Amino acid sequence: MTTVLTSQEKARIDAQIQAHREMPGALLPVLHAIQDDLGYVPEEAYPQIAHALALSVAEVHGVVTFYHHFRRHPVGKHVLQICRAESCQAMGSEKLEAHIKSTLGIDYHQTTADGAITLEPVYCLGNCACSPAVLMDEELHGRVDSHKIAEIIQEARAAS
Amino acid sequence: MIKVYVPRDSTALSLGADKTAQAIVAEAQKRGVEIELVRNGSRGLFWLEPFVEVATDKGRVAFAPVQPKDVPSLFDADFLHAGAHPLNLGLTEELSWLKKQQRLTFARVGITDPVSLDDYIAHDGYKGLTNALKMSGADIVKTVTDSGLRGRGGAAFPTGIKWNTVLNAPADQKYIVCNADEGDSGTYSDRMVMEDDPYVLIEGMTIAGVAVGATQGYIYLRSEYPHALKVLNEAIEKANQAGYLGENIRGSGKAFHLEVRRAAGAYVCGEETSLLESLEGKRGLVRFKPPLPAIEGLFGKPTVVNNVISLATIPIILDKGAQFYADYGMGRSRGTLPIQLAGNLKQGGLVELAFGATLRELLYDFGGGSATGKPIRAVQVGGPLGAYLPESQFDTPLDYEEFSKIWAVLGHGGIVAFDETVDMAKMARYAFEFCAVESCGKCTPCRIGSTRGVEVMDKIATGKDHTKNIQLVRDLSDTMLNGSLCALGGMTPYPVLSALNHFPEDFRLNKKEVAA
Repeated sequence: MTTVLTSQEKARIDAQIQAHREMPGALLPVLHAIQDDLGYVPEEAYPQIAHALALSVAEVHGVVTFYHHFRRHPVGKHVLQICRAESCQAMGSEKLEAHIKSTLGIDYHQTTADGAITLEPVYCLGNCACSPAVLMDEELHGRVDSHKIAEIIQEARAAS
Repeated sequence: MIKVYVPRDSTALSLGADKTAQAIVAEAQKRGVEIELVRNGSRGLFWLEPFVEVATDKGRVAFAPVQPKDVPSLFDADFLHAGAHPLNLGLTEELSWLKKQQRLTFARVGITDPVSLDDYIAHDGYKGLTNALKMSGADIVKTVTDSGLRGRGGAAFPTGIKWNTVLNAPADQKYIVCNADEGDSGTYSDRMVMEDDPYVLIEGMTIAGVAVGATQGYIYLRSEYPHALKVLNEAIEKANQAGYLGENIRGSGKAFHLEVRRAAGAYVCGEETSLLESLEGKRGLVRFKPPLPAIEGLFGKPTVVNNVISLATIPIILDKGAQFYADYGMGRSRGTLPIQLAGNLKQGGLVELAFGATLRELLYDFGGGSATGKPIRAVQVGGPLGAYLPESQFDTPLDYEEFSKIWAVLGHGGIVAFDETVDMAKMARYAFEFCAVESCGKCTPCRIGSTRGVEVMDKIATGKDHTKNIQLVRDLSDTMLNGSLCALGGMTPYPVLSALNHFPEDFRLNKKEVAA
């Protein structure tokens, strides 16, 4: 997917770069700031980032692609992360995963047709005493079953 | 005014603690009752969250689990004066689950308001730092060494020895790095410390800085922990304002600055050299050792890299002395271990105990058996790279050396229970899959071996060339175990081979074939 950044988006990216470029080891903080702002790190921004931090575009690309957290494509209004780690598996997360995928009609790293929800896997949310767990944006949910996930999804859609 | 406590810990929030708190405030207003709501940390009895407490003259009384719909009846029963109600559990301190524990690192967790510096100080906070500021760096390091504290992150290396290397490494700049990239499934003790008692970590890092002469600290925090990030940043700001961090700590003339850096979802960055690469803004590729990070660490400078729990245990050691801490534990495992009960257990939560308790005590006395009511068939201890243990090994005491005798690891103290529905061949495949997803790619055994492992496990599932493929898994595991650069590839064989050895029937094998 190629996207064309608006001049406003470019300005936002530049502002984030300027705000964080002086930090020691600035690349991750810069990438986080851009993703927090835009929801992803556009490939178009790599040269801008590379120039500001005296890196090559390849180095920026290398870092963005190394870390699971950084997204290279725009996401829906909400991001739903399902924990795939062992503790959640011990409490039936695989069934939950399948249920969520079929309810939303999408697989991991995809966004629902209405643009409301992007689905992502995650390895451990640190909520292992109350597995299975999901994270909707920054809101953590424990002991999630089909009933609870329906509520979570409905709330997110209502808010968007 | 009566104090009512509703936790703000992530797990409590994940079970609706915010809604419970709102319902309590609204009901109090409706009835014209004045209350003071405190958002404390969690006591760690997670199966009972939202765990509400009311301060009374006899102590704090627990009501749990409280859902918004329970709130009117709690007021009707005069819960603000510990009135009788089905959810009234009595005095929190008298609950046997808590009474049986030895909470040293977690002494304040669940009791205080996490971001209140006054609360922290009123509960023995900053006593350790006060002592440390009167001591020489060498004396602080000696105290830590004498306490017997070993790294709680997994490798169990003596903390004092690491510090001593940094202390004796001459440099114009040294660093303290806290490894808060707690990525192991079944672990949440780091998260709890950071969300529920952040100052204890800040104090521990400050003591480390004072001890080895480091003026800058970084907390490398998982991106999956948004609540911990907020709490830590708020606490760091308050500590700076109060002079517990900054250029001149409590007028001592010593400086220590602290900053939280967000990780980005790479499990391998829990490995210390990969973590340092990431902090420097690079791909998290594992470094060759030597040089040790203690000599050439972050930005090439001497660096202490310790886990959250290790650092959060420093204040009590400096407050009460090395011997006090060393008096707990068994053999060469001194002090206490915060154990995290997870997976298929009725009563999941945080249990801090001196080393030496058995798995069985934890699974049944504390954990209450499986959540599903079916027999517990396997437990994985120490995260995704830890061995799976069968019921016959449940009497093993939690001790680094005892675990290593049965080819298992204690790691970060996470215990994940599985009931009889678990398919251990699937779990072995998953271990390879996880390694393949998370491998940094630097060394071949891990990068290629993990992918080959998934493929072989898929062949085993079909039953074709079975004996040959089982042998292949063993050979592959041997290569990964002995040839990988770091613990990710090097320990993936633990879950794989332990599953194969203890649960051969899931691999279409009988015990006799395994022995052969």
